[in-house]
Amino acid sequence: MSVTRAEKPKKTGKNPVDYAKAPINADLTPEQKLGFLADMLRIRRFEQASLKLYQQGKMGGFLHLYIGQESVAVGTLALMGENDHAITAYRDHGHALVVGMSMNECMAELLGKATGCSKGKGGSMHFFAPDKNFWGGHGIVAGQTPLGLGIAFALKYKGLKGCCLTYLGDGAVNQGVFHESLNIAALWDVPVVYIIENNQYSMGTSLARSSAIKSCLAERATGYDMDWDIVNGENLYEVRAKTWDAMQRAHEKCRPAILEIDTYRYYGHSVADANAKKYRKPEEIEFYKQNHDPITLWENRLKEEGIADEAVIKKLDDAAKKEAAASVQFAEDSPFPELESVFDDIYYEVDMGTESGKTGRHFFND
Amino acid sequence: MPVITYRQALNDALAEELERDGNVFLMGEEVAEYNGAYKITEGLWKRFGDKRVIDTPISEAGFIGLGVGAAMMGLRPVMELMFWSFAYVAYDQIINNAGCVRYMSGGLINCPLVIRGPANGGTNVGATHSHTPENFLANTPGLKVVCPATPADAKGLMKAAIRDNDPVCVMENTLLYGDQGEVPEGDYVIPIGVADVKREGTDVSLIAHGRAVLTCLAAAHRLHEEFNISAEVVDLRSIRPLDEQTVLDSVRKTHRAVLVDENKPFCGVSSQIATMIQEHAFDDLDAPVQRVCSLDAPAIYSPALETQQLPTADRIIQKVLAIS
Repeated sequence: MSVTRAEKPKKTGKNPVDYAKAPINADLTPEQKLGFLADMLRIRRFEQASLKLYQQGKMGGFLHLYIGQESVAVGTLALMGENDHAITAYRDHGHALVVGMSMNECMAELLGKATGCSKGKGGSMHFFAPDKNFWGGHGIVAGQTPLGLGIAFALKYKGLKGCCLTYLGDGAVNQGVFHESLNIAALWDVPVVYIIENNQYSMGTSLARSSAIKSCLAERATGYDMDWDIVNGENLYEVRAKTWDAMQRAHEKCRPAILEIDTYRYYGHSVADANAKKYRKPEEIEFYKQNHDPITLWENRLKEEGIADEAVIKKLDDAAKKEAAASVQFAEDSPFPELESVFDDIYYEVDMGTESGKTGRHFFND
Repeated sequence: MPVITYRQALNDALAEELERDGNVFLMGEEVAEYNGAYKITEGLWKRFGDKRVIDTPISEAGFIGLGVGAAMMGLRPVMELMFWSFAYVAYDQIINNAGCVRYMSGGLINCPLVIRGPANGGTNVGATHSHTPENFLANTPGLKVVCPATPADAKGLMKAAIRDNDPVCVMENTLLYGDQGEVPEGDYVIPIGVADVKREGTDVSLIAHGRAVLTCLAAAHRLHEEFNISAEVVDLRSIRPLDEQTVLDSVRKTHRAVLVDENKPFCGVSSQIATMIQEHAFDDLDAPVQRVCSLDAPAIYSPALETQQLPTADRIIQKVLAIS
């Protein structure tokens, strides 16, 4: 499956291979295809609504928007089966919504409300839903990469046929712990699939200024005897087909892989990114919006296939907007956590009132 | 009661927990085929096999992170750091991931992980291998830290740590691995967060953890023999959670406290104990609380000097005499 650097496809918006015919795509129903569109629209409308709240000063900290990258989360996470798991970094809203977390709990978390998915204790970067096999939401660049390894290790240990989709950004590939994880994954045949969402900028530092190998990040896998591939992230069919290949290999042979999915973010590293318009030109962003927007491209594809027309798309978009607006209302109406809850959710044994949680003093405030 | 070494007590604890629970596995550098750099895991790979006792590459951040991820999934990894000093390259995994994941997930996740290994000076290996990070780790709400001083405590606390549903850092001591002591037979578990009065006394409380407890016992013996001073020795055993009551009860009895700590003095464990005593037992004190810590410099190599850098019985005795 590996390709050489020279073969890396150019971002033309067209692909020589028709990935729609790949086995994982060939049997998709129109409803499923519309579902992908609905999910991408939901991410975008959710984040646009969250941006408004941020700009109104209703949110603390950082807000790392995923807008422009929606096809990656939708294309990959929709492939998860019962024993497949996922973990990502701090740009996590899209992943959270695709695995099935509700807009309400996510928006409430952004506002630091008690009804948030982490009861207001995690914030934008730290969404979790272990009941949906989603393990966060991690704030330190590449810090989640060995956790994904451990999750996949646990699957193999338990004899389950599954894998852990472990997402990272292009900036994370230069962290040491990622390379330690790659080595262990390949050495021990751990079913982890690393997905580099290459949006071309690690905060304000372009790939050219951050990576010794400039043309391809996934190629680093060759240093660890690991399979790898590059993926045109704006093509949902390609994302699904290539991710499914990697997942199958993880399922059947416990072999890890790196996928580098080319994508683009329209906003800054975070909304607080003051230099967002200095390290790249507004024309560049506009070019991507006009020519490479994953939602527009998928809409066009569905129109070509006769599955959707403007009315159908508008209906889905209106529903996404409505859901996002309702989540804003829910979040704003929700209460903040009580001060007493500060000491909950630190130690399991204390929370559960077990014997172990009762011996000794756990907190030292006075 | 059988007399065994601290090393054997740990080995027994690990073997018994591996036997008891299939979710328990050991992982670390040289723990399997090499039988452990300090032979704590001797024989376990042969007995339990590749799946349960696993050698890692030298990648502390990678394999500790792996352990955190596996623990989130319900396994019970027991990760060996050849030295706790090596934790410094894995701190993000220990503090941010093991320590904070429960909180940041609003209680949806817990992390039943044990990280264990020696954390001590006194072996002439220089500053990089002689760190005692119990104060750093106990500074993180979400982590638990225990420091056994005797073979019995080593066994009982290790078993409790493996059964605990929160991440527990077990800090051992290479200088203690060969020490012998009585260890109860059977399923011996010591609750985490319970201190132990290792010697009763009436005139002064010597409060310590880890190997410093033994230094205190030596000092207490001499205080009795040479100065007719009755020193009580309180072994904290667990740093977080902390058995505040046993410490305060002792201070209220003796009215004097000398805190002995192989940590450096600045923000060491003894700093926390000192502030706790003045907050809760100030009126019971007949003298200011004293501390005996490692001399405040990086661990020195020279064997002649390192012996003096760590707390000694002489320094403890001087502090006791100064307030008696």
